[in-house]
Amino acid sequence: MSNEAVLHAPAGLVHEEHHGHHHHHESFITKYIFSQDHKMISKQFLFTGIVWAILGGLMSVLFRLQLGYPNETFPILEDLLGKWAKGGKIQPEFYYALVTMHGTVLVFFVLTAGLSGTFSNLLIPLQCGARDMASPFLNMLSYWFFFAASIVMISSFFIETGAASGGWTSYPPLSAIGDFSEGSKAGMDCWLISMALFIVSSLLGGLNYIATILNMRTKGLSMTKLPLTIWAFFFTAVLGVLSFPVLLSGAILLLFDRHLGTSFYLSDVFVSKTQTALPNEGGSAILYQHLFWFLGHPEVYIILLPAMGMASEIISTNSRKPIFGYMAMVGSLFAICILAFLVWAHHMFVTGLNPFLGAAFVLLTLLIAVPSAIKVFNWLTTLWKGNIRFTPAMLFAIGFVSLFISGGLTGIYLGNSALDYQLHDTYFVVAHFHIVMGVASMFGMFAGIYHWYPKMYGRYLNNTLGYIHFWVTICGAYLIFWPMHYQGLAGAPRRYYDISNWHFLKGFDGLNQFISTVALIVFATQILFVFNYFFSMFRGRKLKNPNPWGSNTLEWTTPINPGHGNWPGEIPEVHRWAYDYSKDGREYIPQTEPIGAGESGHH
Amino acid sequence: MSGFFVLATILLIYVVIFQIAKASEYVGVLKGEEVMRKQSNRINGFLLISFLVLGLVGVWYTNHLYAGKTLFAQGSASVEGERVDSMFMWTLAITGAVFFITQILLFWFAFKYQEKDGKKAVHFAHSNKLEAIWTAVPAIFMTILVVIGLRNWFHFTKEAPADAVVVEITGKQFNWIYRYPGKDKVLGKTYFKNISDKNNNPLGQIWEDKANYDDIIESSEMHIPVGVPCKLVINSRDVVHDVGLNHFRMKMDAVPGIPTTLWFTPKFTTRQMREKLNDPEFQYEISCDQMCGPGHFSMRGVIVVDEPTEYKIWLATKKPNYWTAFPEKDPTKQPPAAVDSTAKKTAEVKAADMKIVKK
Ligand code: HEM
Ligand SMILES: [Cu+2]
Ligand SMILES: [Cu+2]
Repeated sequence: MSNEAVLHAPAGLVHEEHHGHHHHHESFITKYIFSQDHKMISKQFLFTGIVWAILGGLMSVLFRLQLGYPNETFPILEDLLGKWAKGGKIQPEFYYALVTMHGTVLVFFVLTAGLSGTFSNLLIPLQCGARDMASPFLNMLSYWFFFAASIVMISSFFIETGAASGGWTSYPPLSAIGDFSEGSKAGMDCWLISMALFIVSSLLGGLNYIATILNMRTKGLSMTKLPLTIWAFFFTAVLGVLSFPVLLSGAILLLFDRHLGTSFYLSDVFVSKTQTALPNEGGSAILYQHLFWFLGHPEVYIILLPAMGMASEIISTNSRKPIFGYMAMVGSLFAICILAFLVWAHHMFVTGLNPFLGAAFVLLTLLIAVPSAIKVFNWLTTLWKGNIRFTPAMLFAIGFVSLFISGGLTGIYLGNSALDYQLHDTYFVVAHFHIVMGVASMFGMFAGIYHWYPKMYGRYLNNTLGYIHFWVTICGAYLIFWPMHYQGLAGAPRRYYDISNWHFLKGFDGLNQFISTVALIVFATQILFVFNYFFSMFRGRKLKNPNPWGSNTLEWTTPINPGHGNWPGEIPEVHRWAYDYSKDGREYIPQTEPIGAGESGHH
Repeated sequence: MSGFFVLATILLIYVVIFQIAKASEYVGVLKGEEVMRKQSNRINGFLLISFLVLGLVGVWYTNHLYAGKTLFAQGSASVEGERVDSMFMWTLAITGAVFFITQILLFWFAFKYQEKDGKKAVHFAHSNKLEAIWTAVPAIFMTILVVIGLRNWFHFTKEAPADAVVVEITGKQFNWIYRYPGKDKVLGKTYFKNISDKNNNPLGQIWEDKANYDDIIESSEMHIPVGVPCKLVINSRDVVHDVGLNHFRMKMDAVPGIPTTLWFTPKFTTRQMREKLNDPEFQYEISCDQMCGPGHFSMRGVIVVDEPTEYKIWLATKKPNYWTAFPEKDPTKQPPAAVDSTAKKTAEVKAADMKIVKK
């Protein structure tokens, strides 16, 4: 094994002594808190992401309780939440704060910071063969900005008027004027400040990822030899760097409108409560929507691409087959990345958008189906005639593909403006984006955690718990979100606290109860996973083989518990792409192995 | 007490699951990792194919339970909406086929090509031909859908027919206000700073504009005639709302400061729909589909579709809002001058009271 060659090379050991800076004295604070080691920062992102995932999940359990059992009271909620659950019933203001925070937290804090932050940080240096990020210091700052954003967001729940409650999209004028809703008071300021901090975090991280991938690849590792994970993280970072600043400007203008009397988004607004017409004139509420969705749509790919990259890597490794159509996979990532910038207005078909403009957005939106289809067919062909090992990571990767198909197909309905004319903002949309973005990316993230946990901690997660986690979660995900399509087709609007007053929505009480019950079970199962995670950190089965999955990529050539600097000796040189599985009768050929004399041609 | 029980049970379940998981790991160490891996591989392979079969049954069963409850089962209540329905069916056919093919392949491949002793994976890294096929085929189907979609889209968004009945609908937290242009068929100009609920000017009509004199304002229901195109001019008084017309298959945002429009031709009167669906309480409900505040879920409007003659009669009973705002201008009342001035006085006193209360 080549990694052993690296490990046991005497020169390497001597080297280590000399390069003392890899093991310079570290205090608890520099090692665990203000760490500049990409591996520790990645764990910090993951920890914080897990905490947020639990909170975000808990919020969905609470509001599902209201949706499933609108006529019941739960006195314990009043004990815990006070006025927000007066009489044991979640109040509308609080319901909307929960929905808003649930969306914001899961989209940005869990599936952007928690996903990209964790895996870009962990894998970019390891799979590119770098000692650390281009700028470890900015990398550390990136985490701490995220941490600050988290604190601000959390604190908004403890404000007297409650957290922001205008939906995760926070459209003005609702979000601009405190008189329109309690959540539009101080809670909205917290939301905006938190988002601004988060964007800074995201930019620092993204610039670092791009710089590292472009400049710090080891010898021999040309871009076309990169594993697909790295390509995915690269395009993700590009998307983030180019689109997050637009949201920042949108948020800042909103703050101006709120506090400095500007009229970027405001015009013709009358406040019934105080019977006053606001002085603002000439602004456009639609401008905010453009700024928001110019990030908002790329954002869904920021969430999805890392999951795609990791699923590609995991499916190939565990099928013991090269990923099918490597160049097509890279090309489709590239196409998705470009198109992601050109489709934002498909969220705005019914805002009175110019119909001709709408038509252009229909065309570009449905065009995304092509690279997406290529990816799906390539994954399927990768499985075909493989010799598949169902590790928990592999199951989650297969689940990812299944969910991506199911959720991606409903995008074709919503992207076609004439159909969106009916479906917009119904539960059909809730079903669509949860399956394709929410749950699918969660599956990508779980796959990544199960696959790279041994790299992070030198131990395995418990497999049985992993299997239980997978099976309950995939069944639960479909049971929760599949029937929601039908509610949407019956016209049920999203963000409805209670549907009992609507005649045309009668007949879904049983279904709503069922969904809420399943959501509760799925949530409980995630707790099991969290327990597995923390238990295995200390008590999990220890890794003996530094390359447990028989993988080709560079991260498995480091020692089992790599120190700061990753490789004790020289950084290994790369001679081939990452996917030489089952080639010339050998099950796998690591990237570090030189091309043999009699070896058949490169892919 | 029961809460405690539930908690204890949940905890117990966790502990049991955890113990099983721990035990199976020890067994694995004893049996050897290889053996254990192969065993769980077989189990999961079997579960994957079972998931496929049960999933397909589940898809059928969900459809069986709920397809009848969707709006498609009723058919479109507007002429234009029929296009939405047929487009939906086309899209369903195409995406449905892709769904079944790819999901079946996915789980079937996973099951069929699970790890077996002595078997080797093939090294198959790419094929230009295959990749060209699955680039071209989706592209063709997408083109078909785009063509269908855009034809409908341009139909929906074109200018409403000239004979359309025009109604203005304005959203406010959390209800709708309807305005009819009156005999002159022109909606008078409005300005938001003129809005005043207590002066009976909820839309801020500019009284200098004579077109406002015959405009009728309604806040309970919108009436429109069947079989005639109806054009809605959509406004908002405060935040963004959305006029959701589920039965007519349309919706359009109400944006403060930027009026939008939408038009459709109702096919059935409310009464006909009640008979058709055998539902005596049926109403065409307007749902607000854009998050607009804590009362969003209750922002309900009603459209009553009448026979044209009924509609005319209904409209004829309505008085222009101008008369409500300025009762002295109401020709049907013609009250003596003295009474008029007292009424005005009372109004002034009331207004003063309001101010004091506000302070
Ligand atoms: C157990 C898992 C989950 C359940 C049961 C769940 C349930 C729901 C429901 C019912 C809504 C709509 C509430 C309403 O419109 O009144 C919602 C909104 C939303 N969820 Fe989830 N969700 C889950 C996980 C996720 C995940 C993993 C994501 C990550 C992307 C996510 C993102 C969102 C977003 C963005 C919204 C929209 C929030 C808004 O309307 O502003 N959810 N969720
Ligand atoms: Cu989008
Ligand atoms: Cu509304």
